[in-house]
Amino acid sequence: MIARRLDEIVCASLLWLFGVAASSAAAAPPLPVAPVSAAPAEDGQWTMPAKNFASTRYSALDQIKASNVKSLGLAFTFSTGVARGQEAAPIIVGDTMYVVTPYPNYLYALDLKNGGQLKWRYAPKPVPAAQGVACCDYVNRGVFYEGGRVFMNTLDGQTIAVDAASGKEIWKARLANINLGESITMAPLVVKGKVLVGVSGGEFGVRGWLAALDAASGKLAWRAYHTGPDKDVLIGKDFKPFYAMDRGRNLGVKSWPPDAWKIGGGTVWGWISYDPALDLIYYGTGNPGPWNPEQRPGDNKWTDGIFARDPDTGAAHWFYHVIPHDLYDHDTINELILLDIPMGGRMRKVMVRPERTGYLYVIDRASGQVLSADPFYEHINAYKGVNLQTGRLVTVADKEPKMGKVVRDICPTAPGAKDWNPSAFSPRTGLIYIPHMNLCMDWQSTQVSYISGTPYIGANVRMKAGPGGYRGELTAWDVMRRRPAFKIKEDLPLFSGALATGGDLVFYGTLDGWFKAIDARTGKLLWRFKTGSGIIGQPVSYRGPDGRQYIAVLSGVGGWAGAIVSANLDPTDPTAAKGFAGAVPDLKQRTAPGGTLYVFALPGR
Amino acid sequence: MCSRSLAGSAVMAMLLLSACQREQRESRGQPLAETAPTFVQLPSVLIAGSQPAPADPRGKLYEGNAYHISEGQRLFEQFNCSGCHAHGGGDIGPPLMDDEWRYGGQSDQIVASIAYGWPNGMPSFADKLTEQQMWQIAAYVRSMSGNVPKDVASSRADELASTPPLTRTPQQPIKGEPGGGLQGVAP
Repeated sequence: MIARRLDEIVCASLLWLFGVAASSAAAAPPLPVAPVSAAPAEDGQWTMPAKNFASTRYSALDQIKASNVKSLGLAFTFSTGVARGQEAAPIIVGDTMYVVTPYPNYLYALDLKNGGQLKWRYAPKPVPAAQGVACCDYVNRGVFYEGGRVFMNTLDGQTIAVDAASGKEIWKARLANINLGESITMAPLVVKGKVLVGVSGGEFGVRGWLAALDAASGKLAWRAYHTGPDKDVLIGKDFKPFYAMDRGRNLGVKSWPPDAWKIGGGTVWGWISYDPALDLIYYGTGNPGPWNPEQRPGDNKWTDGIFARDPDTGAAHWFYHVIPHDLYDHDTINELILLDIPMGGRMRKVMVRPERTGYLYVIDRASGQVLSADPFYEHINAYKGVNLQTGRLVTVADKEPKMGKVVRDICPTAPGAKDWNPSAFSPRTGLIYIPHMNLCMDWQSTQVSYISGTPYIGANVRMKAGPGGYRGELTAWDVMRRRPAFKIKEDLPLFSGALATGGDLVFYGTLDGWFKAIDARTGKLLWRFKTGSGIIGQPVSYRGPDGRQYIAVLSGVGGWAGAIVSANLDPTDPTAAKGFAGAVPDLKQRTAPGGTLYVFALPGR
Repeated sequence: MCSRSLAGSAVMAMLLLSACQREQRESRGQPLAETAPTFVQLPSVLIAGSQPAPADPRGKLYEGNAYHISEGQRLFEQFNCSGCHAHGGGDIGPPLMDDEWRYGGQSDQIVASIAYGWPNGMPSFADKLTEQQMWQIAAYVRSMSGNVPKDVASSRADELASTPPLTRTPQQPIKGEPGGGLQGVAP
């Protein structure tokens, strides 16, 4: 076992829970591991945004480490030609890097053997009107490589397979209809020859779904809706949810006012994980629509929960309703990190989810049972916790939005304590590095009418810095001890992903463009570089054709947090950008729009 | 009584009416044009071989009337305009309270945008709003950048107090006004 600093104070009850004898408190608890079937050994590539099916975002490459990171320097840069929020992860396969841009969703292939020279560009030419149904900038969260093909999504709702060598289109399938407010922003995931793609548009009254396309032909294999009758949700005989609240027939209809499920949200725009051993895919569904909760009394199934499904048929195996009857637009679409953790004397198959609610959930990934839900965000006042008996989230009556009044100082905000930007897990430290926010909000519910193609929200929101005044935070969460190992306070909300490496470094970026490397064990800042624009992208690491380790990240402010800059909004109105302008009124003075790939390496040998 | 006093009171009434134009309420627009918009002037484009037409005079009528602006404010929320433009600061759509206009900041240009939509995401509301409602919304939008008389701007806020009162909003001069043709550069 690697050497690790021991904390003097050991919480005996926590150790007991994980089956570690109190007398062995002097020894560090065993570390969680990512299942090998979902997180195979390091190959130096980065073929999907989450690095692997377990979504660890951990590269075992260790050339770059604490002792030499100071000399990390630029290897090459590349302009994406689009000055909008760059949320994608660069994808590296062999000697080629693939980069996808926000709308108009250019796909570039760069030659790593030739200093990052452009090999080809593919332009899918999405319909421009799609920009009008993208809630939070025209982002794209990345592409997926498999079997000589690059799979990508476009803002206007197409999924496209592109030949990785030539950049030629192989097939293209239109899945979403922008006239219904549907768009696609997530990265596809390919599992067992199926391309999994979900719909965005939770702010437009869409009826959310996840679709599976045949990777060879692009033909639709199955589509699971997240509202409506069981047959549409692909709920059948295999469906065995752990909690009583999630059992019953046609709850996707019954837990809504009449017909409200038809425009009830439940989108999929975040992350999917896959456990090959259990042969289940896992993903979360988005917020119910509209935001105004009084217009949709009921639990609003199957929005804001986690599904486990059979990738071949889409059949649901279990569902956990993380947030029944969402009050605050708290989409539960964040990453699900698959881990096996020593617990009660055996290895337990779990998944870990840092949620918008501010709680970090540890969930049994076979059954859907919540094993723990601890606050990684310390200023939660909208919730009291999770009842582990019933699985229900406990809300706070004083903070519940009611029409005709403004509810003040709700923490966390609509984008949550942590939004989509994924955390990373290092098996060497046992820590999950969570980039997140410390913001609170005032909320006013309003009656909203559904007009297709226009926003269906029904709330006026303005956000502000949370207690302490710092707006962002990186929390290193100790999974076994169920508490933070360290926290780094940031002035601006963190909206970039995190990357953990075998050199015990963690990389992340800030909204004003600093790209940082910290010590994975202590959080000490070891290196930083000022990029051209704010960073909301996902850093990755790879081994280049020359054998050296590289770190890559896209810089380009935008997304919900940075829309004030990328869309040139007016911060005089703090409700701009659905209230995010109120939290970052200074951002236009601190950064400008951009879209550039930065690749770093140690000086050449 | 005598015809002179009748005439006098008629003059008085006319004076009062004109003074109260800001409070004048018309349930139906004049001239009646509740079908598809009849205007053809597209904003912020060069017109080959010609010059832009003068601004539609109806703009000034609606902008000078408190009732119409108040109605526009109500419709702005009810037709989800605020979902994309917030309360002037912008979101999916551009801000409406500043001095930059992609497609023109005059009332007739704003009405054209509402009616026809734009390829980059602005929906057409031609099937949802009457032409009068579009003029009312346009007048309210003008008030967001302080381009209506102070005594007709709405003193009520329909949303949580997030911006300075419209009656105190500083005017953002619109580039190229009047006449159109010259506009701010879209970001």
